[in-house]
Amino acid sequence: MHLADPAVLSALLFCTGLYGVLARRNAILVLMSVELMLNAVNLNLVAFDVWLSKAARDTLHSGQALTLFTIAIAAAEIGIGLAIVLAVHRNRGTADIDRLRDTAEGHEDGTAGTPTDAAADEKAEATA
Amino acid sequence: MTAMTQAPHGFLSPTGVEVAFLLVGLVTFGAALVTVTTRQLVHAALWLVVALGGLAVEYLLLTAEFIAWVQVLIYVGSVVVLLLFGLMLTKAPIGRSPDADSGNRWFALAVAVCAAAALVWVVVDAFRTTWIDLGGAAAGSTKVTGASLFQNWVLPFEALSVLLLAALVGAIVLSRKANADPTPPPVNGRAVTQSSPSVTNRGIHPIEQEGAR
Repeated sequence: MHLADPAVLSALLFCTGLYGVLARRNAILVLMSVELMLNAVNLNLVAFDVWLSKAARDTLHSGQALTLFTIAIAAAEIGIGLAIVLAVHRNRGTADIDRLRDTAEGHEDGTAGTPTDAAADEKAEATA
Repeated sequence: MTAMTQAPHGFLSPTGVEVAFLLVGLVTFGAALVTVTTRQLVHAALWLVVALGGLAVEYLLLTAEFIAWVQVLIYVGSVVVLLLFGLMLTKAPIGRSPDADSGNRWFALAVAVCAAAALVWVVVDAFRTTWIDLGGAAAGSTKVTGASLFQNWVLPFEALSVLLLAALVGAIVLSRKANADPTPPPVNGRAVTQSSPSVTNRGIHPIEQEGAR
């Protein structure tokens, strides 16, 4: 098999995930796109490990071991990320990334930012 | 790579594995595209199942069997279920939500297309004459993977188990209800109410009465 095939597929999947991270507004959809990017990296690791295990004489199978580590870290990441998203949704009433700009500079006088922030603050105070 | 050039390779005579890899790759890429562009949130999670399952098939075609089954178990089995639970708990709309994409969609599209063009160009230019030899024993069978994991990667493996435990505890702490904090748990409360008079009024209360109670 041509080595460029899995490499090109991995690059395309990574850029798909990149588009999803940049363009999505819901936090859980952003987490899905991050999963796509991590899977693209996993495909690269597996393909190059299979190539090196046949091309080189003895390898540590580092690609497959690192793929297992990446899968486990992705599972931990999705657990922590969903817990954070649920906590934000419980406090603010939304999982919308575009409205979570309390620490951003230069958005204090936004046209749509002020009433939604005020409503979110009221809801946070009501739920607290 | 000179050892692998005894078999003729060519673009015009693909093997069955290459054809299967390309077809499954097209399905995977299409499912990933639908995942990041659909406006129905639950459909995005279900198309993510197709993309991750297609990647598991790609691992099988690359003779990495153990990784493929781990992918099916962890990603398709648990991560997507967690994502669906997250979508339900954040009260995601079931139908089409018009604000699934933010305003900088075209900027994101430009960045992604430029990155894809650069990466594909570099990768194709670098590995144009490199071939994977898929014959012989499987490169990623359970025996080979387990042997390398527990011979060379034992210490990172154990560190990873500690990381998973820390992530578990962190997720529980983050998702716990915050209104349980003002009232202390009953075990600490009883210890405080019993120990505070015994400390302050040690001369009045006898020790054996405290022990009998």
